[in-house]
Amino acid sequence: MSSNSHDTPPFFKRGLPPSARLTIYLAMSFALLVTDLRMHYLEPLRQGVAILTYPLQIAATTPAEFVSNASNYFSGLISLQRENARLKAQQLKVSSQILLNEQLRQENENLRGLLQMQAQIKIKSTAAEILFAARDPFSRKVVLDKGSAQSIEPGAPVVDPQGVIGQVTRVYPLHSEVTLLSDKDQAIPVMVERSGLRAVMFGTGNGLMELRYLAANADVRPGDRILTSGLDGVYVAGLPVATILKVGRDSAESFARILCRPIGTVERTGAVLVLAQASVRPAMPSTATEAAEDSRRSSSGRVRKPANAATSASAPVARNTNASNPPASSASGNASERRAR
Amino acid sequence: MQPTHRSSRLLLPVRMSFVIISMVIALVLNFVPVGQFYAVPDFVALVLAFWCVREPHRIGMGAAFILGVLVDVVHGSVMGQHAIAYVLLAWAAGINARRLLWFSPPAQALHMVPLFFMVQVVMLVLRLFAGGRFPGWEYFFTCFTTAILWIPVHYLLLLPQMRPIDHDENRPL
Repeated sequence: MSSNSHDTPPFFKRGLPPSARLTIYLAMSFALLVTDLRMHYLEPLRQGVAILTYPLQIAATTPAEFVSNASNYFSGLISLQRENARLKAQQLKVSSQILLNEQLRQENENLRGLLQMQAQIKIKSTAAEILFAARDPFSRKVVLDKGSAQSIEPGAPVVDPQGVIGQVTRVYPLHSEVTLLSDKDQAIPVMVERSGLRAVMFGTGNGLMELRYLAANADVRPGDRILTSGLDGVYVAGLPVATILKVGRDSAESFARILCRPIGTVERTGAVLVLAQASVRPAMPSTATEAAEDSRRSSSGRVRKPANAATSASAPVARNTNASNPPASSASGNASERRAR
Repeated sequence: MQPTHRSSRLLLPVRMSFVIISMVIALVLNFVPVGQFYAVPDFVALVLAFWCVREPHRIGMGAAFILGVLVDVVHGSVMGQHAIAYVLLAWAAGINARRLLWFSPPAQALHMVPLFFMVQVVMLVLRLFAGGRFPGWEYFFTCFTTAILWIPVHYLLLLPQMRPIDHDENRPL
């Protein structure tokens, strides 16, 4: 094989033939692929390579940022004045709310103290900026300008002024990756604000989200607001997530097909808050689930707990997380029936 | 010495430092945030394929593998996804190198379309197996924009190797 290089072409020392080299490199790449997908062992390698590529990334993002900043600079007096007026009006509105909020917070604390309830979790938040949307066309991710150096942890929820936008999935020393709620199969436990119905919401991958596993006759309407339910201990309860766009009730299917549009301005650059994960978890609904599990195991000769434990206050939670689960007292009968079949 | 199409120009030997710099620049161009905008050319694939065609003895599947892993980390995609695609691209470009150089740059660009298309298809298949969603047909625009860029890049990357044409009576070529 000759080329237009000026060295003597190698006659004898040629190394491996291209097909062998191709096989070796492909095998290495496939090994990487499988290790990353199935075993998740490659995070240290990713971290190391990310440190190497970070200067290049900054070199690539800085001119783009400069261009967008320059266009902002020349955006004109009128738009700035308009924005200023809007912000002032918002400030007025919010300041009165803050006063009220402070009062309510104290009142709430007092009442909680009187009722001897667990104190509400105080959340620590870190402000960050979305640098850019990651260029992987198969997923929906954005990159933030804060990383583990600013004590951002994987799994932390990310919110913008309107609502939840996603969850931190990968943390590098100086930046972090956020998987948006609209990413395929990114799940978040939610409740419908109007009816209090709890459900799990999944991204569809095309910018919308879907409420799954709600019965065809569930009480949801287009326009309903959807908030986080806080059942997972990751997202704080009551953050706005989405509004229902369309409810399809097909009698042929047992679940309704509910499409939602995110409230947060997902997939645009701007300032966001990374909430520290709630360190104090709400008490697990242990009594109900354990009773249900034990009753299921009971057919294999385990000790059975008193079934009336399931009728405690935490029972609705357990029923909701496993909607098809009947009350625990009848669960044992059902389970053994199922096993018999 | 390999004759290239309709060219009587002798090229200087390539400097490896220039090859590496061009690859770094291609990486930086690939990292420019464009969001979910399709039809953005894949500069790394372009520069890699170019050097695999021009310098098959120096640039090959090893460089492709390293570049692929770097791009994988920055794009946040599955590790090895770009590496597999680029290794296949380098292999295909390497075995076609001698044939491709007989054609003019536009014809070479036409030859590169199926190669860049293969890169896209390989990545799509890998991600669909890994449970990704189909990103839409716009996804395939990238291979055409990349191939069109072959023509300007061909001149840009050969520029440091060219020397002024001096009409010397005694020179054979």
